[in-house]
Amino acid sequence: MNKQMIEHADIDTELIPILDKVSDPEIPVLTILDMGVVRYAKLVDDVVQIKITPTYSGCPAMDVIADDITAAFKKEGYKVDIDLVLTPAWTTDWISEEGRDALEKYGIAPPLEAEADKEALLGNKKIVKCTNCGSQNTKLVSQFGSTACKALFQCEDCHEPFDYFKCLK
Amino acid sequence: MISNSFSTSASISILNEMKKNLFNYILGIADNSLILGQRLGELCGHGPSLETDIALTNISLDLFGQVRSYYQYAAKIANNGSNEDTIAMMRPEREYVNVLLVEQPNTDFGYVIARQFLFDVYHFLFLTELQKSKDVTLAAIAKKSIKEVSYHLRFSSDWVKRLGDGTEESHKRIQNAINDLWTYTDELFHQTDADKKMIADGVGVDTLKLKETYYHNVSEILNEATLEVPELKYFQKGGKQGIHTEHMGYILAELQYMQRTYPNMSW
Repeated sequence: MNKQMIEHADIDTELIPILDKVSDPEIPVLTILDMGVVRYAKLVDDVVQIKITPTYSGCPAMDVIADDITAAFKKEGYKVDIDLVLTPAWTTDWISEEGRDALEKYGIAPPLEAEADKEALLGNKKIVKCTNCGSQNTKLVSQFGSTACKALFQCEDCHEPFDYFKCLK
Repeated sequence: MISNSFSTSASISILNEMKKNLFNYILGIADNSLILGQRLGELCGHGPSLETDIALTNISLDLFGQVRSYYQYAAKIANNGSNEDTIAMMRPEREYVNVLLVEQPNTDFGYVIARQFLFDVYHFLFLTELQKSKDVTLAAIAKKSIKEVSYHLRFSSDWVKRLGDGTEESHKRIQNAINDLWTYTDELFHQTDADKKMIADGVGVDTLKLKETYYHNVSEILNEATLEVPELKYFQKGGKQGIHTEHMGYILAELQYMQRTYPNMSW
C-alpha cells in the first residue's frame, strides 16, 4: 500500500510502515491509518509521540488500538507515548480510498455524503449499494447496527443483510 | 508582607472557587448522560425488537463515552485523587445532580422513547451552544458528542412519529408517556449557582435562551406525530440540587454494586 502522504494528519513518513501494521480491532481489514484515527506521529528524542482520536466517544476499540500501537513499536525497538485527542473531531472523510474499498469488500457499505446519508437513514431514498450484489434496491433495517458507527441494511434483490458505515461529519 | 500574603491567599481562594464551579458545572452535564445511559443499558437484551435493543444500547454507549470525557476532565480539575470511576460510581445519591427526567423508569417502550426524545431535543440544543464555550475541553467534547447526539435525536423523533401516528394502542401509550414525563421538562432549564457563574464566564450555556426553541421543536414533532402537546403549570424539580425521585436509589444500587463490593476493581 502506498501511503507516502496522509494529508489530514501529521505523521513522519518512516513511521508509516509500522502504523500500517496495526489494524482496527472491530474491522480487521482496515488499518488504523486507513481509518484516520492517527492524528500525529513523530519521533521526538527517541520516543515516538502519537496522538489518536476516537471515531465515536464510546468506541471500545480505543484502548485496544493504543495497546496494539505500543506493541507494534516495541517490536521495532521504539518507546511510545500515546495521547487521546478529541479535537478536531473524527470524521468519516478521513477514511482513505483504500479503506473505503476494503470496507466494501469486507461487507460494509462505505459512508455516503452527509445529505445522501440522511436520506438513506430516513429510508427516503434507495442509494446504499448492497455489498454482496451491488444492487441499490436496499432497505434500512435499523439506524443502529452491530456497532455505534454502523446502520443495518438489507438487499431486497439478493436478500443479504449488511452493515452501512454511517457518515459522521 | 502581610498584605502580599493576604492577596495571594485571596487569589487562591478565588481560583479554588472557580475550579469548584467548573467541577460542579461539568457534573451537571455529565450526570444526565450517565444516568440516562444506565437506564438505557438496562434494556440490553430486553428491547422490544432486536433493532431497537441494539439502537438503545448503542445510544447508551455513546452517552457513556461522552461521560468518560467529562469525568476525566472533572477529575483533572478536582486534582484530589479522584478519577472517572470514583466520580461515576462512588458518590452518594445527594451528590448526583442529573435532572429528574433521565432517572424515570423504562415503564414501557413508549416511556423509553418519550424520555429519550424529550432529552435529545434539549441535549442537541445544549451541545450546539457548548461548542462555543470558552473552555476548550468542553468545546471539544461538545463538538465530538453532537455528531452522535444528532443520530440519537433522529432515532427518537422518528419513533415518536411512528408510535404517535401508528396504531390506536401505540398512540395511546406514547401520549401517556409524554403527558407523564412533561412535568420533568422545565427542570432542564433551571440554573444552579455554578451554572450562573459559568454562564457569566462564557464557559457555560445559558439554557434559558434555549427554552423557547426547545418547546417549539418538541411541539413540532408531537404535532407531526398527531400527539397533543400537554399543558401544564406545575413542574417537578430537584435533581439538579441532588434531591431525586424514588427511582434514583435503585439505579445507583445497580450502578455502584461492583465498585462498592470490590473497591478499586478494574476490568
